[in-house]
Amino acid sequence: MADTVTVTINERKITAPAGSTILDAAHDANIYIPNLCSHEELAPYGACRLCMVEIGSREKTKLVASCIYEVAEGLEVRTETPRVNNVRRFVIELLLARNPDAPVLRKIADELGVKDTRFKKQNKGCILCGQCVRTCREVVGVSAIGFKGRGVTRQVTTPFGESPVDCIACGSCSYICPVKVIPLKEENGVREIWKTKFELKKCKKCGRYFAPVKQLEYFSKITKLPKEHFDVCLDCR
Amino acid sequence: MKKKLKEIIKKYGSNRSFLVPILQDIQREYDYLPREALNMLSQLIDVPISHIYTVATFYKSFSLSPRGRHQLSLCMGTACHVRKAPQIRDHLVRTLQIEPGETTPDLEYSFNTVNCLGVCALGPILVADGEYHGQLTITKVDKILKELGKKGRTLKKVAANEN
Repeated sequence: MADTVTVTINERKITAPAGSTILDAAHDANIYIPNLCSHEELAPYGACRLCMVEIGSREKTKLVASCIYEVAEGLEVRTETPRVNNVRRFVIELLLARNPDAPVLRKIADELGVKDTRFKKQNKGCILCGQCVRTCREVVGVSAIGFKGRGVTRQVTTPFGESPVDCIACGSCSYICPVKVIPLKEENGVREIWKTKFELKKCKKCGRYFAPVKQLEYFSKITKLPKEHFDVCLDCR
Repeated sequence: MKKKLKEIIKKYGSNRSFLVPILQDIQREYDYLPREALNMLSQLIDVPISHIYTVATFYKSFSLSPRGRHQLSLCMGTACHVRKAPQIRDHLVRTLQIEPGETTPDLEYSFNTVNCLGVCALGPILVADGEYHGQLTITKVDKILKELGKKGRTLKKVAANEN
C-alpha cells in the first residue's frame, strides 16, 4: 500500500498520508471545514456532524462525516455543495437549540448564514461533542467522567451522578469544552469541579497554590517520581 | 458478592469487551445492578467505573435500582394506544401509586411502559412476569394484580388502594 494517496477536494488535487481523515487532509491543504468535536489530540469520533462533506462523482455522491472518513486514492470530495451546506445549517440549528449563546456555535452559524434556530430552545448547554469525556480518557488517562443514558436524555456526568472517585481535578474537561459548560472554581486553595471540592497544593518555595493534590499524586504515580518532586511549582523548580 | 463476581468474570476471561454479557449475568444474579457489584467489577476487570456506568445506563434492559418481584410492562404502541392503553396506564399508576419506570416501595411491583410488543392484534396488552395478557380491560388488570398479589404480600395493599 502506498504511503500517500491523491484525493480531489473541491477540484484540487491533494496528496495526503494514507489513513488520514478527509478533515485532516483538507485542513493541511488550507481548506476549511467547520467542526466541533474533532481535536488533534483525540481519536476521531464523529459526533457533531458539522464536518459533513459530499464524496463521489456525478450522480453517485453521498454525505459522510469528514472527521471519521479516511482518504482513499482517487476520492472526490466537495466541501461546499448546496447539499452539504443544507445539512450543516440543519445541524447548527439543532446545536443552537441546545445552546443558543455559545460563541463557537454563533460563529459557525454566522458562517453558514444561520440567524436563529427553528427548534425550541432547550438551553441544555452541553452539545454532547464528547471532548471532555474523551480528553479525560485519552489524554489524562483517568476516565473520571462519562455519558449517561442515550438519545434525548444523554448527558455527560460523573458515575452515579456523585463525586467522581477517579477525578484528579486537573480541569482538562472544563478547558477543552468548546461551549464552556463545565464549571471550575478556584478559591482559597480549593478547586471546585463536578460539584466536588479538591484541595490545592501550596508550593514549598513561593507559597503559591499551583495544582490539586490529587493531580500531583497521579503525576507521581504515572511518572514514578517521588512525591517530593512535586512539592514545588514549575516556576520554582 | 466478590466470589460470585469472580465466577461470572471467569466465564468471560476478564476481557473488557465482554462487559455487556458480564453485566447481564450480574443482573440475572441480583435482578438489578447493585452499585457495590459495579465498583468491584471495575476493579476486577480494570474498566473505569465511568465506562461501566455509561454502558449500564445506555441499555434499557439494565436497571441500577432494585426491581420489584413482579414485572409489569404495558404496551403503549399505536394499536394499543387507540384501544385505550393510556386509561389502563392511568389505572395502574393510581392503583400501584407509582409512575411508569418506577418500583413500589415494598419492592413488589415494577411497572414500565414499552412502545410495541408486536402483538397488536391482542392490544391493549400487559406483560406480567413474562405472561402476556391481551385485550385488557380495567377489570382484567385488577384481576391480574390480584392473581400476582396472591403470590406476594401486597394483596392487601392493592386492595386497600382500590377502596
